[in-house]
Amino acid sequence: MTSSVLEAQGLGRKYGKRWALRECTIDIPAGHVVGLVGPNGAGKTTLLKLASGQLEPTAGNITVLGGRPAGGTAQLAKVSFVAQDTPVYAGLSIAEHLKLGARLNPRWDDARARDRIERLGLALGHRAGKLSGGQRAQVALTLGLAKRPELLILDEPVASLDPLARREFMQGLMEATVEHEFSVLLSSHLVSDLERVCDFLIVLVDSRVQVAEETEKLLATHYRLTGPRRDSDRLPSGQHVISASHTDRQSTFVIRTDAPIHDPAWAVSRLNLEDLVLAYMDKHAADKRRATLEVQR
Amino acid sequence: MIWLTWRQFRGSAAMMAAVLGLFAVALAVTGPGLASSYAAGIAACTADDTCDSFYNRFFGEYDLPFLALTLVVLILPALVGLFWGAPLITRELEGGTHLLVWNQSITRSRWLAVKLGLTGLVAVAAAGLCGLMVTWWSDPLDESAAEGMALMAPLVFSARGIAPMGYAAFAFVLGVIVGMLARRTLPAMALTLAVFAAIQLAMPAMVRPHLMTPVTATFELGKGNTDGISIPREGGSAPRLLLREAVPGRPGSWVLSNELLDPSGRVIAGGTDGTGADINVSSTSGPCAPGNSAGAADGCLGEVNRLGYRQQVTYQPLERFWLFQWIEVGIYALFTAGLTWLSFWWIRRRLS
Repeated sequence: MTSSVLEAQGLGRKYGKRWALRECTIDIPAGHVVGLVGPNGAGKTTLLKLASGQLEPTAGNITVLGGRPAGGTAQLAKVSFVAQDTPVYAGLSIAEHLKLGARLNPRWDDARARDRIERLGLALGHRAGKLSGGQRAQVALTLGLAKRPELLILDEPVASLDPLARREFMQGLMEATVEHEFSVLLSSHLVSDLERVCDFLIVLVDSRVQVAEETEKLLATHYRLTGPRRDSDRLPSGQHVISASHTDRQSTFVIRTDAPIHDPAWAVSRLNLEDLVLAYMDKHAADKRRATLEVQR
Repeated sequence: MIWLTWRQFRGSAAMMAAVLGLFAVALAVTGPGLASSYAAGIAACTADDTCDSFYNRFFGEYDLPFLALTLVVLILPALVGLFWGAPLITRELEGGTHLLVWNQSITRSRWLAVKLGLTGLVAVAAAGLCGLMVTWWSDPLDESAAEGMALMAPLVFSARGIAPMGYAAFAFVLGVIVGMLARRTLPAMALTLAVFAAIQLAMPAMVRPHLMTPVTATFELGKGNTDGISIPREGGSAPRLLLREAVPGRPGSWVLSNELLDPSGRVIAGGTDGTGADINVSSTSGPCAPGNSAGAADGCLGEVNRLGYRQQVTYQPLERFWLFQWIEVGIYALFTAGLTWLSFWWIRRRLS
């Protein structure tokens, strides 16, 4: 196994004149469950499709497991991609889907697939078109898992599922990752979906990657500072402001720093993942506001 | 991949097989009877030289099934393009299943190759079978058909021999590529139909007449190429002659142009349409005068002939039937190959 699952340099993709993703440079090490989070339309699907080889980049380059995405049958066999809304052939039964997988994949694990379908309580003869959204997602996941990939990519797998089905799906995914070693890259617009499962996080806002790091490290280096009102440029140089909000007397900052915070004026608190992601989304929005203001001047 | 393609396709293939099977049975049951009644009729008419009227009677009796069968063969390739070609890719795109299948360990090119190959072969086989069955069944009628329905005439030519196979292959791939571009089934179907119909009309109108230099020849006027000569009863005005769209002694030809020449070799207007062309021959005395009893028209026609009036006709003769069939299949095969190449290029480069 190569040390990095996904490497991108200056990766970009344009649809017509609009950049759906731009200047994306990331390096995801192997063995993680990577969460890709961002608002709708941020470019998550584009990044995942580039990684699975469904799309060709307009700019830059991307390497997945050391190869070009969809660059041949060997590469295709190493990566499983479960697309948004987990498409299945409505007219085919579950058994026929498994047969499809067995016929089209050299590393197919039929026992694993059948076992999983059985554990889910699904009948093999059932038509895929008559399954509920959650069941369909499970069938699509089963196809992805039985392929025995080195990297499993899931695009908003739980977006259309109810909370119970969401939990079951995520649980099934976690069990599988524990049981068989492979990397996972999954996207969602809700941090809560990813919070419990991901140990690496990518925040994507408005077609740009804001941050990409291990969650533990993110949580260890981000703080919320609350104290008397102060301008953000008067903070120490080692403290990078992610977001700032002010009232007449008080300032609240979310900062990133590797050094401990000594200033006694601040009330320092840790952030949870959701707050952290929101701070990055907020930062982006603030940057944008500033940029438009400057243009107007 | 073959398994998956067949699994997705078997429903329509079975339906097509059933329809073609019924069709084959119907033709097999009625065909021999038709052939034997034709043979009997020919035997009877050659004895007393009334074959022209036998042809008319015989063809008139069966013109409805003849036209219907011809139409079936003409329409089948369009149906193949509409219902097999256009949805082949759009159905996957609309259901999102292309994202499922393209992420199995199989390249898009191979996926497309199997889908195109298997479905396309069945389409060509179905159209070929249908065309050849109708060709066999219609043989006696083709022998006796009226001029407009001659074997080389556009409508009939396209529904005989091997040409339908070329049409089916082309219509199918056309449907596929239009589907890839339009990405939605219904617009793709409509567009496929429009384009295919336009090409099917343009082919006999603009290309087929020039596949080989047509034959131009002049013929004496006679029963074989005139629709009759009308002699005004009152006298005074000239007799009028109307040509038939036929080449004397060469049944089955495709007449491209048909003109009446006067004795000096100039074209006279009106020889092929309306009431006919004025003939500059005495209508007060001689064979073309009114009042001549039975056989007047024949005598008058002989007189017109003697004066030097001729039919000048440009045509594609029946002997070129199979040559034209092969050329036409070749042209459509080239179209098909071009579109196939385009579809592979498109699925690799543009489709996602």
